[in-house]
This record gives sequence, structure tokens and C-alpha cells, in this order.
Amino acid sequence: MSLFNVFNISGSAMSAQAQRLNAVASNLANADSATSANGTPYKSKQVVFSAMPSKSPGASGVKVTKVVEDTSAPRMLYDPKHPLANDKGYVSMPNVNVTEEMVNMISASRAYQNNVETMNATKTMLLKTLTIGQG
Amino acid sequence: MINKLDAALSFHQNALRVRSQRQELIASNIANADTPNYKARDLDFNAAMKNAMAGQTNKEAFNTTKTSANHLDGTPSTIGGGAMFRPVIQGSVDGNTVDMDVERNQFADNAIRYEASIIMINGQLKKMLSAIQGQ
Repeated sequence: MSLFNVFNISGSAMSAQAQRLNAVASNLANADSATSANGTPYKSKQVVFSAMPSKSPGASGVKVTKVVEDTSAPRMLYDPKHPLANDKGYVSMPNVNVTEEMVNMISASRAYQNNVETMNATKTMLLKTLTIGQG
Repeated sequence: MINKLDAALSFHQNALRVRSQRQELIASNIANADTPNYKARDLDFNAAMKNAMAGQTNKEAFNTTKTSANHLDGTPSTIGGGAMFRPVIQGSVDGNTVDMDVERNQFADNAIRYEASIIMINGQLKKMLSAIQGQ
């Protein structure tokens, strides 16, 4: 019964989008973390999606293949009184682009909702199928 | 006799199979709305339905040349015409061709037609029942 496979497909997409939302939360939370576990400023993290073939041909789910760090240069903030300031008075801050992250967050939550809708519609179809011959 | 009952219901039974397969493909498109380089796919319902009624899978699409007697036949598990790529209306930078408006529209359309088939099967069953009871 291929309709059950829709649950796997939508479910994989929901968990992938949730992971993306997690990365966004981490980036936003650390937008001002001038230092991290390894002593350098926090680097923005992004998830990479890829299609994952499912049981039936043509239809595929989603998986997060890797989480990459944004390699762009840190944001330089002039604050001579900061303990981490260099000799010119600049502090390296995380390369998190808050605007970009907010857009990412909206996109991820909408995509998640879409998949929930897909799942619900399919559930209704399956329940209707179970009523064949009962009317 | 049972054969005749079977034949009476077979049209809608095949329709449900093709519809559920199409639902799966569209769910996969919605799931992969954010996957780079994913290409949206869909069934040609007309061709798929014709093939399903003729009781054949899309063998012609898998007509591979065999150069040795030990080569195996391709056994496609899709019913009918097989999944094809959707034409691109508006391309995107990441190579993804999923148009969310089209997909949601097709998803709802397909779900309603699936339920219509179920209602028609129920109607047929009711007709048979009243013919059997003779009242």
C-alpha cells in the first residue's frame, strides 16, 4: 500500500526541517558569542539537504547529509574596552547574518507545516479507504 | 460469478492504485521543496491508468538490450507510465524545480479524486447488495 509510504516521506522531511530549525536557533542564540569552545568566534552553521530514495521508484524523502560551517570572515566590531579586542580595538564577532537566519526560520517552519498538512490529508484518505463497503 | 464481481470493481480499484502512487510522488515533491537540485516529478495519469487497466507495468520504458542469456529482466514496480519530470515554469538558483503552488494544488486535487473513487466503489457495492437482496 503505497499511501503508507507518504508518512515516511513527509516524516523524513519534517525531521530534516526540524534539524534546520535547530541550526537556526543555535545561530541566533550565538549571534553575539565572541568566543566558543575552541577559543575562536562562533561560526554560523547551515544544514545540507539531499533527496533520499524510498521504497517506491520516483518518490524520495529528505535527509540532512551534513552540517557545514559558514566560512565567511567574522564581523569586526570596534570595542576597545572588550577583553578580546585586538591591538587596533576590534573584536571578531560571529559571522551570523541575523536577517538571513530569520528568513531561514520562516522558510523552515512553513515547510514543516506543509509536510504536516500532507500527512493529515493522507491520513484522511487512508481512513476513508477503510470505510469501503461500510456505507 | 466472483470473476464478474471482480471485473465490476476493477476500474476503481486500479484508479485508487494509480491515485495513491501519484499522491506519493506529490508528497515527495512537497517534502523536497528545499532540496538543492531536486526535480519535481509526476505521473501521466491518463497513460498510467490505461496501462493499469491493461494489466501491465511500464515494461516499454525498461526495454533494455540483453547481450547475454544470463542478464536479468528489469522488473519495474510502478504501475503504468512511470514518473516523469514536471516542466519548469520558474527556475530557481539552487536547481530545484518544485513549485509549491502547483504541488499543493495537485495534491488537493488528487486527494479529492481518490475520495471520489471510494464513493463510487461504495455506490457500486450498494447497487450489488440491493440486487442480491432483491427488494
